[in-house]
Amino acid sequence: MIELHNVTKTYLKGVQALVNINLKIEREEFIFLVGPSGAGKTTCVKLILKEEEPTEGSIFIDGQDVTRLSRRKVPYHRRNIGVVFQDFRLLPNKTVYENIAFAMQIIEATSKDIRRRVPMVLGMVGLSDKAASYPYQLSGGEKQRVSIARAIINNPSILIADEPTGNLDPETAWEIMKVLKQINRRGTTVIMATHARNIVDTMQQRVVALEKGRIVRDEQRGAYEYEG
Amino acid sequence: MKVRTVNYIFRQGLTGLWRNRTMSIASIGTVAATLIILGLVITLVLNISNLADLAQMQFDEIQVYLKDDLFIAEIDNIGKEIRMIEGVSDVIYESKEEALEKFKESWGEEGYLLDGLEKNTLPNSYIVQMDNLELADSIVKDLEPLKGIDEIKYYKEIVDELLKAAKFVRTIGLIIILILILVAIFIISNTIKLTLSSRRQEIGIMKNVGATNWFIRWPFLFEGVLLGLIGSIVSIIVVYYGYQYAFNAITSRFYLMLSTYIVSVDEMMKKTVYIFAVLGVGVGALGSIFSLRRHLKV
Repeated sequence: MIELHNVTKTYLKGVQALVNINLKIEREEFIFLVGPSGAGKTTCVKLILKEEEPTEGSIFIDGQDVTRLSRRKVPYHRRNIGVVFQDFRLLPNKTVYENIAFAMQIIEATSKDIRRRVPMVLGMVGLSDKAASYPYQLSGGEKQRVSIARAIINNPSILIADEPTGNLDPETAWEIMKVLKQINRRGTTVIMATHARNIVDTMQQRVVALEKGRIVRDEQRGAYEYEG
Repeated sequence: MKVRTVNYIFRQGLTGLWRNRTMSIASIGTVAATLIILGLVITLVLNISNLADLAQMQFDEIQVYLKDDLFIAEIDNIGKEIRMIEGVSDVIYESKEEALEKFKESWGEEGYLLDGLEKNTLPNSYIVQMDNLELADSIVKDLEPLKGIDEIKYYKEIVDELLKAAKFVRTIGLIIILILILVAIFIISNTIKLTLSSRRQEIGIMKNVGATNWFIRWPFLFEGVLLGLIGSIVSIIVVYYGYQYAFNAITSRFYLMLSTYIVSVDEMMKKTVYIFAVLGVGVGALGSIFSLRRHLKV
């Protein structure tokens, strides 16, 4: 469960990215964060990851106040959250398998676990036959599926996707949405920041709309915008 | 730390070293140059203070060389006069024959070479022992007016000169070394910075996935330490062969007897190897820590 209590984020230059945000996301929820560029979506993501600190307010994840987390504990906090970006962020000199295994290596998983889990997750995102390919040999959709596989390989309870379909054509975007929905069905909370109006409208999930740093709308089974 | 993590750190460190070969070589070179100069200074200082020690041991008495044309009675007279000086505890006469015998002994196996001497040019002398080394100056002052004395030798001047020289070399050397250490740290931190920037993306992913700060830092720290260590190994090799060469050149070509005054190669290496290794590793670690502090926000 993620809770934001009266969260305000003001950047150094006085830019108000978020103003007094109150948001509660339940376990296993699927939620869209929508809004124009600069509305505060990415800031929201960064606050949850503790890449940024809120200027005011507090953020609770599974009952733990993230803003009070010591520096030493931040890595362990992040292990609980998988992240997917618009630009995939794969390591170009590693194969698909190695890119995913890397995420396990750096949290010091055993090689036995790595050999067991990587093929399993590759299967989940439908890339079993691409394990030995390098990123440049993959299509955009495939790359994004690799990055999703990497995000969930360590079994995080939350998956954050920041514009995951931003670089993809509509058809491929839907493949990605299917994968995300499937991950959500397995019990992972999914937060997706997006501009993609038709995806939001079709998925019929909870929609939180941000505008100029404020929540302007929060509805279950919502659409990107009010009709009319 | 787990074995596979150590493995990972080693591999990453070595990769970093290889990726920026040019900078790595520059770093290793600077560390090596710094330590070689340190070696030079240590060599000089150790030898000079060794010499000072030896001098002090040999000249804890005042040696009074007599003129060559004195009668026995005159010599005896001088001995009596010396005995009367305040602070003198004992006076021993050493004839020129005894002096030659002593000299031969000090040459050891090569002593036979002196058998061929046609004329013994060593002087007769009195060896003056003192109640207290501090009195040397006043005793020498009292000795100077005596007739029949050719030369007075005592430790203090020699030792003072030697110690002054050692101190000078040490001061200048330390200043140069301090500057060089700073340069070495700077160059290493730059090398690490290059590795850091070539790994930006990897580091970003590591942070997102939740690698601990030290897990991210270790490979870079290891790379710096490795640079320092290789530099110190290079310098140890250079100093070892350089000193051996100098030692052989001095002792074989010039004066055989000097070999007892020069610190042996083994002795020298025993004293310097640890200093070099510790300094090399320290400089490497410091260089990477500076770089990590400035360029890696975790």
